[in-house]
Amino acid sequence: MFGKLTWHAIPFDQPIPLITSIVVLLIIAAIAIWVWRNGWWPYLWNEWITSTDHKRIGVMYIVLALVMLVRGFSDALMMRAQQSLAIGASQGYLPPEHYDQIFSAHGTIMIFFMAMPFIIGLMNFVMPLQLGVRDVAFPTMNNVSFWLTCSGALLVNLSLFIGEFARTGWLAYPPLSEKAFSPGVGVDYYLVALQIAGVGTVLTGVNFVTTILKVRAPGMSYMRMPVFCWTTLAANLLILAAFPVLTATYSMLMLDRYLGFHFFTNDGGGNSMLYMNLIWVWGHPEVYILALPAFGIYSEVVSTFSGKPLFGYRSMVYATLAICIISFMVWLHHFFTMGAGADVNALFGIASMIIAVPTGVKIFNWLFTMYGGRVRFTVPMYYAIGFMLTFVIGGLTGVLLAMPPVDWVVHNSLFLVAHFHNVIIGAVVFGVMAGYTYWFPKAFGFTLDERLGKIIFWCWFIGFYLAWMPEYALGFMGATRRLQHISDPSWTPYLTVAMIGALVILAGIVLTVVQLLYSIKTRDRRRDLTGDPWDGRTLEWLTLSPPPHFNFAVLPDVHGEEAYWTRKLTAIREEKLIEEPKYEDIEMPLNTPTGVICAFFASVTGFAVIWHIWWLAILGLIGAFAVLVWYAWRDEHEHIIPAAKVAELERERRRVRAELLKTLTVPA
Amino acid sequence: MSATEAAAIGLTHQSSEDTGLGHRGPESKSIVVPYGFWLFVLSDIVLFSALFATYATLARATDGGPTSMELFDRNLVAIETVALLLSSFTCGLAMIAAKRRNMVWTQGWLLVTGLLGLVFLGIELYEFGHMIGEGAGPQRSAFLSAFFTLVGCHGAHVTAGLMWIGTMMAQVWAKGFRPDITRRLLCLSIFWHALDIIWVAIFTIVYLIGTLP
Repeated sequence: MFGKLTWHAIPFDQPIPLITSIVVLLIIAAIAIWVWRNGWWPYLWNEWITSTDHKRIGVMYIVLALVMLVRGFSDALMMRAQQSLAIGASQGYLPPEHYDQIFSAHGTIMIFFMAMPFIIGLMNFVMPLQLGVRDVAFPTMNNVSFWLTCSGALLVNLSLFIGEFARTGWLAYPPLSEKAFSPGVGVDYYLVALQIAGVGTVLTGVNFVTTILKVRAPGMSYMRMPVFCWTTLAANLLILAAFPVLTATYSMLMLDRYLGFHFFTNDGGGNSMLYMNLIWVWGHPEVYILALPAFGIYSEVVSTFSGKPLFGYRSMVYATLAICIISFMVWLHHFFTMGAGADVNALFGIASMIIAVPTGVKIFNWLFTMYGGRVRFTVPMYYAIGFMLTFVIGGLTGVLLAMPPVDWVVHNSLFLVAHFHNVIIGAVVFGVMAGYTYWFPKAFGFTLDERLGKIIFWCWFIGFYLAWMPEYALGFMGATRRLQHISDPSWTPYLTVAMIGALVILAGIVLTVVQLLYSIKTRDRRRDLTGDPWDGRTLEWLTLSPPPHFNFAVLPDVHGEEAYWTRKLTAIREEKLIEEPKYEDIEMPLNTPTGVICAFFASVTGFAVIWHIWWLAILGLIGAFAVLVWYAWRDEHEHIIPAAKVAELERERRRVRAELLKTLTVPA
Repeated sequence: MSATEAAAIGLTHQSSEDTGLGHRGPESKSIVVPYGFWLFVLSDIVLFSALFATYATLARATDGGPTSMELFDRNLVAIETVALLLSSFTCGLAMIAAKRRNMVWTQGWLLVTGLLGLVFLGIELYEFGHMIGEGAGPQRSAFLSAFFTLVGCHGAHVTAGLMWIGTMMAQVWAKGFRPDITRRLLCLSIFWHALDIIWVAIFTIVYLIGTLP
């Protein structure tokens, strides 16, 4: 009846996961009751959960990412604590089977449920605004994507309370992840959760590529798109080309585990190195799926706060596309030790060094954008500069690792771990924090507290160096990754410094919550009434903060690069706004519960598959199909916002804009 | 100020410097929807390419078990292929009928397409059953795992396509040739033809090359 599921699945004998789960359940219950007592459920359901508005879906993605950041970072703290305690005679407080689950969960959650949702959330919120349009190409599918991602996150976190998580590392290499060596449900949780979230991501890729290539404001030709849109396009092309490989690979591992196939097993002619190749054909482009949009954010930030057009716009676009293509030609550098021979290793080593060239082009472009500009040192700019310093170090250690002979020496050491944290934190985390601070006023109509923002930056920046520079050294000294116990006491000082670094980052994360609450409380002091708080250059700053549901009353007509900047300068010179257009009715997509119901059935099916409850899995699939047919049967797709209502909202915008215009002069 | 100058600094709505792409603003739904679906189909083809690569890697990993030479029956596959290719043709006929808003022929050709798909699927299931009965199931060797997964994944797509054909027949019947319904019909036909393209590759790489003496 319940497959493999019994009461033993709940960890009554392990206090850490048990107490954590109970606390988390209590917090969720408390929030639910609080929302219910305030009568906010209808609002949440109608305005957010079922929303097809790209801005709201973007915000929900970022909320998910921030919650998962806390979860993933808790894992990080536990690992750091274990490594600073379990030295020499001491065994620390985490037994190996628990420690192994923690490092696997940390990697899985940070990449799939923190970094990806954060990046997709920012792309979702910003890209249609920058293109000057009202929504993405497929608004309902956007909502479905979000809830499928949530479904994956739910299953991964459920493993804490019911059953166990994988003990295989975040990519679940076979043969360890095969049934013979991982008989429990941990790897199944991992596989099923990521399959469901992966479907959501592929749908996002379809959606965003279609949006950028087919849904842009009049006059917004390719070479006029902001660089963030270009990097979004590149990242989503990578999603389209890479994520299906991940789906195929995980499906094969599932077939091995569930039906006794022999893709990656030791017996039956299976080939576990095949898995390494396939997973990294996805895995390396994935690095750029995260990094390219972050590069886009830096481009917007550096240009805005230097008061200059981006230096070398075209070279930036070409560099982005070059990275997009070369990222598919470097996957083998993740396992030079496979023994593919000198020729193959040399080829992939050289390709890995070549990919550093377009990245270097970008760094110089940002530097030259700042050069001669009137740089304003705001929080996003802090992150941009911190990124340039940090990322160069990460890039150089990457080039070092791209040399096969060096890689053979430091393979699977803490040097490698330090390298990829260097690029992921230095580029992606700094990038999303910059983007979060930069676009927050656009989303909510007030800015985040600047002083706290700078303290948070310093926490991340200093914390990162304290936490990861010692790991580079440890890697050279021979420390391998994923050690549950440290046998050499002479490493203690390094590990202690790393622990202190993690605590500094913890302070930054706590302050991020404080900053959010404080900024909401004191929002009246920092209202953005104009819609253009940073003196921006791209179209999202043309509309109000927060933008109306339809973004733009009339789609902006784009002339030249820097669509909004051109328009602003013209208005300043002419001392008047563009002539008032004729307003028309606007059709907007209806909200729909399709996404959340689909994700409900996906979660049920996923849970049933993990625990071998086959009747429930079939019911779940039937339910999901029924929802899709039900959705396809509807007759009303859109609702109309009448022209009078549009005119009313737009006239208010024009009024504040006219007032803003009086204060502006043509920049020198 | 001349009109060109005015346009250049953005005072008029007439774009003087027509840059070609994107000047018309957002495309209509009849462009956007099939375009998005095409992208999805391309990503699906990437998924198959991973399975093809796997098959190529494991094709000789028979673990002492039966090889492709011993297992595959060209005649059976020939019938399968004819059924599937013919179904693509009838799918095209259904689209022509839909364009002419002819309910009877649209339904008729969709039905024929579905039946041909069923014939294909039936033969495939027979082949699978036969192989498993002979002890050449997917658990026997890595080669057979790869074979069953690649061909089975195509079969699963055909099954999904059949469910879609059934749903579309009901939708066309209930809703008529509304623009959103005809867009879906177009997507369905893209999907069905894509299955053909993949089958041609399977036919060549798995069955023809696998039975070369």
